[in-house]
Amino acid sequence: MSETSELPVTSSPGRAAEPLPSPSDWTFDLIETYHQEIRKTAESFRLDTYPIQLEIITAEQMMDAYASVGMPVIYRHWSYGKQFISTEKNYRRGAMGLAYEIVINSDPCIAYLMEENTMAMQALVIAHAAYGHNSFFKGNYLFRMWTDASSIIDYLVYARNYINECEERHGVDAVEELLDSCHALMNYGVDRYRRPQKRSLAQEISQRAEREHHLQQQVNDLWRTLPRRIETAAGADATRRFPAEPQENLLYFIEKNAALLEPWQREVVRIVRKVAQYFYPQRQTQVMNEGWATFWHYTLLNTMYDKGQLADGFMIEWLRSHTSVVYQPPVGHRAYSGINPYALGFAMFTELRRICEKPTEEDRRWFPDYAGTDWLTTLDHAMRNYKDESFVGQFLSPKTMRDFRLFAVRDHAEDPELEIAAIHDDNGYQALRESLSRQYDIGSREPDIQVWNVDMRGDRSLTLRHVQRNGQPLRDDTHEVLKHVTRLWGFDVRLESVDPQGRVTLRETASAPRNH
Amino acid sequence: MLQQIIDRRLSGKNKSIGNRERFLRRYRGQIRDAVRRAISGRNIRDLERGEDITLPKRDVSEPVFGHGPGGNREYVHPGNQEYLKGDRIKRPPGGGGGGQGSGEAGDSGEGEDDFVFKLTREEFMQVFFDDLALPHLIRTQLAEVPEWKSHRAGFKSDGNPSSLHVVRSMRGALARRIALGGEDRVALLRMQTELLQLRAEPGAHEPPLADRIADLEAQIIELRRTAKHIPYIDPIDLRYRNRVRVPVPSAKAVMFCLMDVSGSMDEARKDMSKRFFMLLYLFLTRHYEKIDLVFLRHHTQAQEVSEEEFFHATETGGTVVSSALVLMDEIIRARYPSGEWNIYGAQASDGDNWHQDSGRCRQMLEESILPMVRYYAYVQVADAEQNLWQEYAQLEGVRPNFAMRKVASAQDIYPVFRELFKKEGAPA
Repeated sequence: MSETSELPVTSSPGRAAEPLPSPSDWTFDLIETYHQEIRKTAESFRLDTYPIQLEIITAEQMMDAYASVGMPVIYRHWSYGKQFISTEKNYRRGAMGLAYEIVINSDPCIAYLMEENTMAMQALVIAHAAYGHNSFFKGNYLFRMWTDASSIIDYLVYARNYINECEERHGVDAVEELLDSCHALMNYGVDRYRRPQKRSLAQEISQRAEREHHLQQQVNDLWRTLPRRIETAAGADATRRFPAEPQENLLYFIEKNAALLEPWQREVVRIVRKVAQYFYPQRQTQVMNEGWATFWHYTLLNTMYDKGQLADGFMIEWLRSHTSVVYQPPVGHRAYSGINPYALGFAMFTELRRICEKPTEEDRRWFPDYAGTDWLTTLDHAMRNYKDESFVGQFLSPKTMRDFRLFAVRDHAEDPELEIAAIHDDNGYQALRESLSRQYDIGSREPDIQVWNVDMRGDRSLTLRHVQRNGQPLRDDTHEVLKHVTRLWGFDVRLESVDPQGRVTLRETASAPRNH
Repeated sequence: MLQQIIDRRLSGKNKSIGNRERFLRRYRGQIRDAVRRAISGRNIRDLERGEDITLPKRDVSEPVFGHGPGGNREYVHPGNQEYLKGDRIKRPPGGGGGGQGSGEAGDSGEGEDDFVFKLTREEFMQVFFDDLALPHLIRTQLAEVPEWKSHRAGFKSDGNPSSLHVVRSMRGALARRIALGGEDRVALLRMQTELLQLRAEPGAHEPPLADRIADLEAQIIELRRTAKHIPYIDPIDLRYRNRVRVPVPSAKAVMFCLMDVSGSMDEARKDMSKRFFMLLYLFLTRHYEKIDLVFLRHHTQAQEVSEEEFFHATETGGTVVSSALVLMDEIIRARYPSGEWNIYGAQASDGDNWHQDSGRCRQMLEESILPMVRYYAYVQVADAEQNLWQEYAQLEGVRPNFAMRKVASAQDIYPVFRELFKKEGAPA
């Protein structure tokens, strides 16, 4: 079209004769063209991904997907309706630039492109989601260990159909109540250390009937045990607990041991538990995952620009989105709501690359193993083998701390004032790093509550034990959660809180409804 | 690596509808209250609008275990301006405000804001009718007095002579004749051609050619004869203009709302009346393009007022119902000639009237108002039967466009309305 295209182009090898067309309206062909170029660029950086499935959807569909925890399929529940309503409201009001990306950890990896996006935004999403997140899903050890990308969609379809059937058979209300209670314990429905078997959907279904039968049998056996007062003295016997070791996975414990659950209810508990487990790695890698995807869309698109493939206007457009995504408002700012994971993650990966490529004297002191190494190898290693907590603990550099002007605030309840524990100076770097790392530790973010004991010989009540960390009490609505536990367990539920001195205080008791 | 770009835009829209319905179902009680509040603050005309519903955050929250304020904790924040290690600062207002780290920004930071969302028009109407103890509204079932207009709708093969369509009929006849005579004409043409050829042959006057010619001539005469037997016009050809009668909504209607505002009409009774008027308005909007509303309130005297005053003014006094009827009569004669307007009247009262006035009311209705209106409904929003009820009862069943019912609570409004406006001959 332009005259310049007819002139002989003299440029460095690999440099494009002219940039890709960048109209604001996308077309399927153009998306395909961009995708091919982005793919080639990603391959030149050795990004390893699942196959990619790009799907064009409307804003409404994006809101649908948003409301159902980002999944293309999920069982029905009022809380997703609530989510949808508030998403829709914010979107209509323009308060929220709707997510231009949703990407699903599945094989093939599904990335949604919103119809309303301009071509530049589509390219940004492809680079961010289809190559950034996708390679993270495939590479990071937590995802490798906990999620089976090839079967998740099938499992969710199965879950939705099963819950649908339950609604038809047992009524919407009964299922809704059960799901409410399961959701209340969702964060306590994961195995943190054990690794689940991977099963195909067909196996899952064929094993269900068997499992239902077997479980019920086991539960019955468990509760049939009559007190035997022969061998051991009563006193010694009373100190024996069930379970022998505290159990951290409350939903699993309930699924296996709650006496009054019907088989279908057990299966629903299991479904919620499985879904929780699927999301567990995401909760632990938010900074890394978003940082990684942001780093890669930035790197890929800039590389393409350097090769002359992208036009200036195109660059300006996506960079505008990029900068607003990685903006970190300072504390006290109206928009401040904690550390922006995109900003921190992006800064850390960018910084890590710099440490590899142009290490300073400080970097050599702080990162003797990484300074001056091949940056691609080092970033790949970091992406694969860490979660937010350890990533921050290992890679948060003094320069990043200075750039963010990080500082740690110590808040002791009995102290009328707050104390600045550390700032971004030589004395503070190590402390800040440790403090921030702790902050990302899921174990310290969520109260430590485990199954402690079941009164097998008496009222069958369940005792949960909360081990206080730094004397932090539970929230006021804890009793509401206990009511949900009661609904699942079927008998009274007690919650004991153990303070830092090891004193056990009975905190709450919730009584089971007596109507069964 | 790319499998293909999939266009999902046309599939699976509104996946969240089911979840939204579950949400609405769960908060039905609160939503119903909100709709009720909305109705009382709303004009009759504004009925069919969505509504913002506000639910307390507490009610829609999903409880999970979490840390409460207290204990010892440490948070890292960005954007340090002036602090040095060891500085002591005042706790920001709002308790642990400084202690709201990114880890908990998700839930504990949101405070107690209300959850506000909008009901769509349909959802609003659903709840509105739900509240009126109405499972499914079948508005088309309700009575109407349509105007008929006849217009042309093609042709039909029977009818009276005055609607005979000559051109259409002749066109059909011609076509029939062409179709029926086709074979004969082809044969005729063939024979005539042959005849001409034979006559041109030498020896045309001798047998066998002469015999053949004679034969052909005879056949031609026979064919021409039978052709004449195809009738020129046949009853089958006749076409008549077809006219159908279609109901046409009259363009204009006026709805008179008469309400007693004597001291005994409390807020609850006014509210019931209002809902009745709303239903009537909604019903009429299905049939008429333009609806006027006239609000007449009365105690001992009647006056025309705005809707605002109609439902909210607190002025009060004794009761002379006929004053409103007189005023209605005057307004109709002055502004709404009954030839041009479909007039509806609805009267709400607790029935407590100055006893010498009730007879006059019946008379007014019977002689003056009922002949002019399409329909007049009287709703008594109280149980006790008083003299007004007794007088009106004499009209019921006698005048087909008059009806009266009692409404004791909001639940009764719709059934009563439905009964009042039921289609003739259809079960309510």
